[in-house]
Amino acid sequence: MQVSMTVNGRQRSDDVEPRLLLAHYLRDVVGLKATNIGCDTTSCGACTVIVDGLSVKSCTLLAAQAEGARVTTLEGLAGPDGELHPMQRAFREEHGLQCGFCTPGMVLAAIGVLADNPDPSDREVREGLEGNLCRCTGYHNIVRAVQSAARSGPAAGQVPQGPEAAR
Amino acid sequence: MIPGPFELVRATSVDEAVAALVEHGDDAKILAGGHSLLPLMKLRLAMPGVLVDIGGIPGMSYVRVEGDEVAIGAGTRHHELEKDAVAAAEVPILPCTAGQVGDPQVRHRGTIGGTVAHGDPASDLPTALLALGGDVVVQGPDGRRTVPLTEFFLGFFETALAEDEVIVEIRVPRTGSAGWAYEKFTRRANDWPIVAVAAVGHRTGGVGGPYGVALANMAGSVVRATATEEALARGASIAEAAALADEGTNPSADMHADQEYRRHLARLLTRRALERAAAA
Amino acid sequence: MSILGTRVVRTEDALFLTRGATYTDDLVDDRLTGALHATFVRSQVAHGRVLAVDASAAREADGVVAVYTAEDVDLVPIPPGRPMVPPAMTRPWFAGDTVRFVGDLIAVVLTEERYQGEDAAELVSVDIEPLPAVVTTADALADEVLVFPEAGTNLMAAFGEPAPADFFDGCEVVVRQAVVNQRVAPVPLETRAAAAAWGEDGRVTIFCSNQGAQQAKAQIAGWLGLDPAVVHLVTPDVGGGFGAKIGADPEFALVAWLARQTGRPVTWVESRSENLVGMLHGRGQDQVVAIGGRRDGTVQAYSLVVDQDCGAYPRLGPVLPRLTVLMAPAVYAFPKVHAQARAVATNTTPIGAYRGAGRPEATAAVERAVDLFAAEIGMDPAEVRRKNLLPAFSEPHTTATGAVYDSGDYAAALDKVLAAGGYGELRAEQARRRERGDVRQLGIGLSVYVEITGADNGLGAGESAGMEVHPDGTATVLTGTSPHGQGHATAWAMIASEQTGIPVDRITVVHGDTDLIPRGAGTMGSRSLQQGGVAVHRAATELVELARQRAAEQLEADPADLEFDLGSAALGVRGTPGTGVTLAQLAEQEPLLVRTRFDAGGPTFPFGAHLVVVEVDTESGKAEVLRVVTVDDAGTIVNPLLAEGQRHGGIAQGVAQALLEEVRYDADGNPQTSTLADYPFVSATELPSFELVDMATPTPMNPLGAKGIGESGTIGSTPAVHNAVIDAVAHLGVRHIDMPTTPMKVWRAVQQAQQEGTH
Repeated sequence: MQVSMTVNGRQRSDDVEPRLLLAHYLRDVVGLKATNIGCDTTSCGACTVIVDGLSVKSCTLLAAQAEGARVTTLEGLAGPDGELHPMQRAFREEHGLQCGFCTPGMVLAAIGVLADNPDPSDREVREGLEGNLCRCTGYHNIVRAVQSAARSGPAAGQVPQGPEAAR
Repeated sequence: MIPGPFELVRATSVDEAVAALVEHGDDAKILAGGHSLLPLMKLRLAMPGVLVDIGGIPGMSYVRVEGDEVAIGAGTRHHELEKDAVAAAEVPILPCTAGQVGDPQVRHRGTIGGTVAHGDPASDLPTALLALGGDVVVQGPDGRRTVPLTEFFLGFFETALAEDEVIVEIRVPRTGSAGWAYEKFTRRANDWPIVAVAAVGHRTGGVGGPYGVALANMAGSVVRATATEEALARGASIAEAAALADEGTNPSADMHADQEYRRHLARLLTRRALERAAAA
Repeated sequence: MSILGTRVVRTEDALFLTRGATYTDDLVDDRLTGALHATFVRSQVAHGRVLAVDASAAREADGVVAVYTAEDVDLVPIPPGRPMVPPAMTRPWFAGDTVRFVGDLIAVVLTEERYQGEDAAELVSVDIEPLPAVVTTADALADEVLVFPEAGTNLMAAFGEPAPADFFDGCEVVVRQAVVNQRVAPVPLETRAAAAAWGEDGRVTIFCSNQGAQQAKAQIAGWLGLDPAVVHLVTPDVGGGFGAKIGADPEFALVAWLARQTGRPVTWVESRSENLVGMLHGRGQDQVVAIGGRRDGTVQAYSLVVDQDCGAYPRLGPVLPRLTVLMAPAVYAFPKVHAQARAVATNTTPIGAYRGAGRPEATAAVERAVDLFAAEIGMDPAEVRRKNLLPAFSEPHTTATGAVYDSGDYAAALDKVLAAGGYGELRAEQARRRERGDVRQLGIGLSVYVEITGADNGLGAGESAGMEVHPDGTATVLTGTSPHGQGHATAWAMIASEQTGIPVDRITVVHGDTDLIPRGAGTMGSRSLQQGGVAVHRAATELVELARQRAAEQLEADPADLEFDLGSAALGVRGTPGTGVTLAQLAEQEPLLVRTRFDAGGPTFPFGAHLVVVEVDTESGKAEVLRVVTVDDAGTIVNPLLAEGQRHGGIAQGVAQALLEEVRYDADGNPQTSTLADYPFVSATELPSFELVDMATPTPMNPLGAKGIGESGTIGSTPAVHNAVIDAVAHLGVRHIDMPTTPMKVWRAVQQAQQEGTH
């Protein structure tokens, strides 16, 4: 079946199997490999992307369910000149990632946390990230990164909207 | 893991969705948020041949006051209910409970109709709804009918919803400032509850007396703590009433809890829920 | 000022945060064009006789190119690979006669598209007659049902003798306790994955997710009977390992073999459900501790007996308890220490290394024993520890089990953590809550640990490194280590930069390619910095020396008169400005590269002390971790940012084991935790932010003074959390609760203690 959506600011239309998961669509059809798959049970959040402004687990969404939606993946966060999104910058500065596998989903979920609550406490960040598992960092520096991003201003809780984000 | 193959029907109206269900019979399943169904399909514990996607039907997400009731569209997502001002004022247990379903990503997709239709004995919103009392409005080939919530959850993943019906609305009484509490016991924040208890005060005395009390994961479906409700109606103390919370339940045993521990948790959490509700 | 010891942010992150790392399943590589997708069919039965495997329906399914079962594979079964393990304990590539665990390989389906693989795998019909399953170490030691009847025993290995009968003679108090160090799942977020392609040159390129390309290559070549020269193994970015990705797995070799058989590239990535039964598990020890001493707190004798569950096939399982035995004496000056271990086969997923691998089990045992002893004599556990710790030493100390500790000051670590935690006030608050009979009680848990890192037994001598400076002034560092989150690209660049003056962002660290780096041992056992990092240090030093020789020739000067200026990365004649020649200029004339290796010749022994505060809801049994305060002394720190990150991650995994995580089987050997919905992987909400206290006692074992840091957090935090939970309910009469300290177990322990108390 035909699905159409905007991925990182770029309009696409593809013929896919109805059962194709959004995560596989992004990875294998669009070719955006940052979105990772870490489980089968909507548990780990590695596949988190932003769909119409809200974080979702792309392993539990059919590509067909994103019909007409605006999808942002990790690849769509940095500016056209390579300028890092405030959340990307904070993860880097606070050493909020190690092996990097949870990172794309974690960064997008973290943006979602700030979209919901621009100044979260330690506990609120942890609760906001309850759907994203990380085995490396013990979450300590992730929490610091999210709080550091929050301090940098409201852009940390927003995803780029325009086609200039296309990469 | 990935679901088995299926045909996807995108319904643009509830009538269309019902027609698709009638056409495909028990091979068809409704797809709303998909956060109950797709995980099962990925593990191949469910393999429907047809999915009827109702996510694109307009007008299925709303929370509004209608007389003494609050009407909630079946397509209302958990996060919408969580943030809804009308719900917060009129039936505050629901936004609070919605905020405890799964994790933010799940709440961004999952719908109240979906979780009610799924009939999982450990699910949050059905527990709160059952404590509230009220009705499920469903639409089938013969039009709409109303099923009391107390008669909706029949057993393990079994509900009063017929194969050719779609949930369109949930209606619950306005509780306003009456006391309430949702006590959810988990090992990790985003786990399914090992046991959960919802307690809601009723302005008018309600179906179960001064408080409606419902339990998650204490039987094949979410159930009311009838003995506790009746004891409270008789004027028993919270401690006395809570000690009866597990009466008539039949909890399962799993690696998180055996039956004895679940019964203990039901009594403990009921006491805590009622104490919180009474203090409000 | 040296760059070493500074908080340099990671160079790898710019890419990881914008395009994502490139894991095996992300590869876009011409060699893999048109690859087939492998989907394995695994046993759903723990122990049974295979009566029939019928793949005919699968072979007819959409997109299926081939299906292979036991009868289609002519490879020699995988030998145990360990001299102490009975040779009959071999692993078939596919189970043809007997399945030995849920997850054992039965068949593989090769399809054009990934989605077709799962559909077709469901069509492979497998008929198995179940046999009684060996699920526990007790089942195994009974030797009534044998996992390998040909071996005549379930015993894979044994270390040490039983304690002599008079071992505890003269002790006023002896406490004995069975302690479970439960089986856990490593769960790196990236599951296992492999891809392979044969070239027209007769060589195979294998991409796989592992912790050491050279070791994985050697294993695969050996198993497949290939000349190692034809195998080119590449380790792409790796999404965590934690010990479970050490070496190669049979599936990796099969992917290479299948590519040969089909003449097409083959790729494989496992699902999490497959991973939780198919990838190695960790821990899995049933222990008995006994500790005896005087009522004044002096411990006189300590005994540890270990039964190690190795799972169905020997991997590192039979080796792990050797490390447990070695580290049994721990940080203490106990006059007598006894340790003994047996390692057995069971019908469960094979056991391998998991963060600490044998050492956390030793620490967990002794730290529990010390707390039991303290509780028995009614003394503060901090005081009992202080009374029995080895005094500070800077000369090597040889323990009762033959470990040679390099340097340590355990009492200082304990004092630091007690001070940082505010131990006195915590005990006072605990007393107040006990006095009031609060529902929420405070538990304070301690551990003092020493561990062994860089214990490179069998890995070869040390670690390799290379460095080349390019004419554009950039440099490449080659390393035999195998980073998968540790940040070697940054840390090794820092080490090279410190010696050569080349900025960190101009240095590229290359790893995990056996053509480029033929020799290497990989990343495991917290060895990387003290072996591989030091090897980079040596390479950089040697490179400057090589440059000095070349520059001396060019400048017609005595090498001894040349001065290396770090700021400009140039050599010039001392006192003669303007004579400088840069490394880059030297590289223009002739390649400027060195290859070297470093071998410390022995391990180091990092140590520390942890203090954990928990709150236990005594009505429900649920424990919440409020504080984790740690002193982790790993000698000299190269990059505090990275070292702290290692500690954080380690602490979290320790908390997870103490509180939450456990791989469970039912009585028939069916796994109960084979998805992440069932396996309680620790999330952010169960953890507090951690309080780290610095302490650095350099080791004399290497020129950087660095010890390992990767596993310390786990080794220290597990017993501290465990002890804290028990401490919270100790006043109610609870003496011991096994890990994980789940709400139900804690609640039941309180119930039982109160019932016993009323009798």
